[in-house]
Amino acid sequence: MAAVTPDIDDLRLCVHCGICLPQCPTYRVLGEEMDSPRGRLYLMRAAAEGRLGFTETFARHLDLCLGCRACETACPAGVPFGSLLEATRSQLAERGPRPRAALLCRLLRGMFTEPRRLGVMLGGLRLYQRSGLRHLVRATRVLALAPRLAAMEALLPDVPSAPALPELIPAQGRRRLGRAGLLTGCIQRHLFPDVNRDTARLLSLAGYDVVVPRDQGCCGALELHAGFLDDFRDRARSLIATFPVDLDVIVVNAAGCGLAMKEYGRWMPGEAVVAAFAEKIRDVTEVLVDAELPLGPLDLTATYHDACHLAHGQRIRAEPRRLLGRIPDLRLVPLTESDLCCGSAGVYNLLEPEVADRLLSMKIDRIAETGAAAVVTGNPGCLLQIAKGCQERGLGIEVVHPVTLLARATRRAVK
Amino acid sequence: MDAVLEIDLPNRCAVVQPGLINLWLTTAVSDRGYFFAPDPSSQMVSSIGGNVSTNAGGPHCLKYGVTTNHVLGLEMVTGAGELVRIGGKAAERPGYDLTGTVVGSEGTFGLVTAITVRLLHTPEAVKTALATFASMTEASEAVSEIIASGIVPAALEMLDAAIISAINASIGKIYPDAADAVLLIELDGPRAEVEAQAERVATICRRHGAVSVTVAADEMERALLWKGRKEAAGAVGRLTSSYLLQDAVVPRSKLPQIMREMKAIAARHRVVIANVFHAGDGNLHPLICYDDRSAEELERAKQANEELLGACIALGGSVTGEHGVGLDKAKNLPLQYGEADLNFMFRLRRVFDPAGLMNPDKLLPSHPACGEGFRPKRPVLPAGAWI
Ligand code: SF4
Ligand code: SF4
Repeated sequence: MAAVTPDIDDLRLCVHCGICLPQCPTYRVLGEEMDSPRGRLYLMRAAAEGRLGFTETFARHLDLCLGCRACETACPAGVPFGSLLEATRSQLAERGPRPRAALLCRLLRGMFTEPRRLGVMLGGLRLYQRSGLRHLVRATRVLALAPRLAAMEALLPDVPSAPALPELIPAQGRRRLGRAGLLTGCIQRHLFPDVNRDTARLLSLAGYDVVVPRDQGCCGALELHAGFLDDFRDRARSLIATFPVDLDVIVVNAAGCGLAMKEYGRWMPGEAVVAAFAEKIRDVTEVLVDAELPLGPLDLTATYHDACHLAHGQRIRAEPRRLLGRIPDLRLVPLTESDLCCGSAGVYNLLEPEVADRLLSMKIDRIAETGAAAVVTGNPGCLLQIAKGCQERGLGIEVVHPVTLLARATRRAVK
Repeated sequence: MDAVLEIDLPNRCAVVQPGLINLWLTTAVSDRGYFFAPDPSSQMVSSIGGNVSTNAGGPHCLKYGVTTNHVLGLEMVTGAGELVRIGGKAAERPGYDLTGTVVGSEGTFGLVTAITVRLLHTPEAVKTALATFASMTEASEAVSEIIASGIVPAALEMLDAAIISAINASIGKIYPDAADAVLLIELDGPRAEVEAQAERVATICRRHGAVSVTVAADEMERALLWKGRKEAAGAVGRLTSSYLLQDAVVPRSKLPQIMREMKAIAARHRVVIANVFHAGDGNLHPLICYDDRSAEELERAKQANEELLGACIALGGSVTGEHGVGLDKAKNLPLQYGEADLNFMFRLRRVFDPAGLMNPDKLLPSHPACGEGFRPKRPVLPAGAWI
């Protein structure tokens, strides 16, 4: 059986106090109780207790949830919303109505989570970009007819070509901190290959031997979020198998992947190999925060956007800020509501473009207020989404992963 | 309907739409040295429209007054469909004080569409102290003496052992674990005055057996002390799946007595009653915990609830301080008002809402024959409870 039943005791933790409501992005945008954490918990509990069927309406309110976990951060009662949502979605995937977006969902999963297929698709895309077809397609507004595809088309950055990283990058200098595995991810590998290269470079500068298993696959996070638990477990187990067991840490530079991997144990209880693997997962900023790095000056005003799955999911807020603060001359200015979702949320922006666009627009308003020349964030989805928003508004703001700025600073360091 | 329509600092007021979240107004003006005083514990969640509707209080209403003291004017669509403007920015206005009448009417007069609120200057200094006691009674006695001494703290909140453990489990150890009661005391005003008052408050607390009195060293510590208090209603989820939240009021001087009675009631009905409340103005917030899967336990909680209400009224209190009456407490109003009083309120309601369209059945107990006014059936009270 693929589906997991949400823990009724966890559901009962909610005392309906409402403290989570204003923190919930979908409640902020839609203003409906059923699209708030409290409302969703109420529905999930009713379904779990058999008082409510797995109806279309029920599925709709859960589909609209971003899975951003802002409600977990807010909740004083300690309701583990994320795992309850994922469990309920696994039941929906098995017994519920076919989600309206099921087809697209399947397509996307097939594409995004299969690094090689994504590679082929992106190869075609590069051709499409160069050929000028892109302008034609945009000009004729053909895509406006299919909003979901339009959303996807708009998200694609100019894709650089990506030579693979070597399987072992030895530590530089005299320090030896250990052996670090690197997850290259599916989206990161193809859309932001530089982020992976910079991560590897920084880790080796810090004193790690960096191991990059060539045939590693996808972490399965997208399947977990959609409730396809069997597929998720398959992906997780094969990913784990490609990493050597003697690694000291496994470094992830995509917030969504990192969170899913840290929580592998919950979905595969009693599997010692899985638990041992999950134990070693670290976000890149956790590993680098106190590392010795030769950082040269960057004369830049930057602001930091908290990726949901870092801030709410992994409770990582201080590390990236501290790291950026170590770059000489860089001025880090605060971003109002920096931990409110930008609307990216995995493939949410493709499935629910209306809500996603409204969140993005709020995010871009706040970013524009800061006057920063760069927005820094630690998740590929957010990078794509925010870059799209800045581009649409004609803001000349650079949108970068923290490691990109750190690596740039190391290149400025006096040798 | 959640926009700030106007910020008018020379006149120290703002015009907002009812859906605006309370805290967001203060956030919008705090960098210019102003704040909106009513601060219900739910201020990060509740809307100003809701605050107006229930005439909400909050920890700081001890010194600053409740919502009605901060509402200057309203725009409202009455039950008869008229758009009326009530009150306004000018302090002195001829005619009836309709603003005061509408604030707290729980939507039974009409729909409020815009609210003009007073903004206050942020005080020069703020000091927040935490006093730990070995018993609720001692803490209650300290409260009475602080107020009797002429000091008006900005806030004076009491938390009992159950709440302390829930909050500590929720956001980390911010209150002393072993304490039976803590008082959260906030003083604000000119710096010299605040310093002097803090000394006096500490002395009073020690005289009444405070085990320790500490002062928040900086804004971060202070924010943490308040975070615990403001999230208490959610943190209780660590103790129980459900609770009945009471909002009764007793005269301040009766606090030690009601605390003793509450203990007895909890024991009699075998329920846990957690307490977190505005001690300074005697506004109790007992959370009566029960297991929502047990009908029998709910029944016991309800009985404890009714008994507690009766006890508060018997001590000269009120059935609700700031949460409003709604459906739940309408039946309890006859405990507090006579027939003529209730009928008068009923007729006033009909002036605004002749057809009875606005929030029917809320606030006032329903009357037996339509249009006949109210004929109360007196609820049965514990002997000697009626005053
Ligand atoms: S996960 Fe995010 S979108 Fe979903 S209920 Fe929680 S806060 Fe709202
Ligand atoms: S904050 Fe927690 S307990 Fe309160 S309503 Fe939200 S999920 Fe429930």
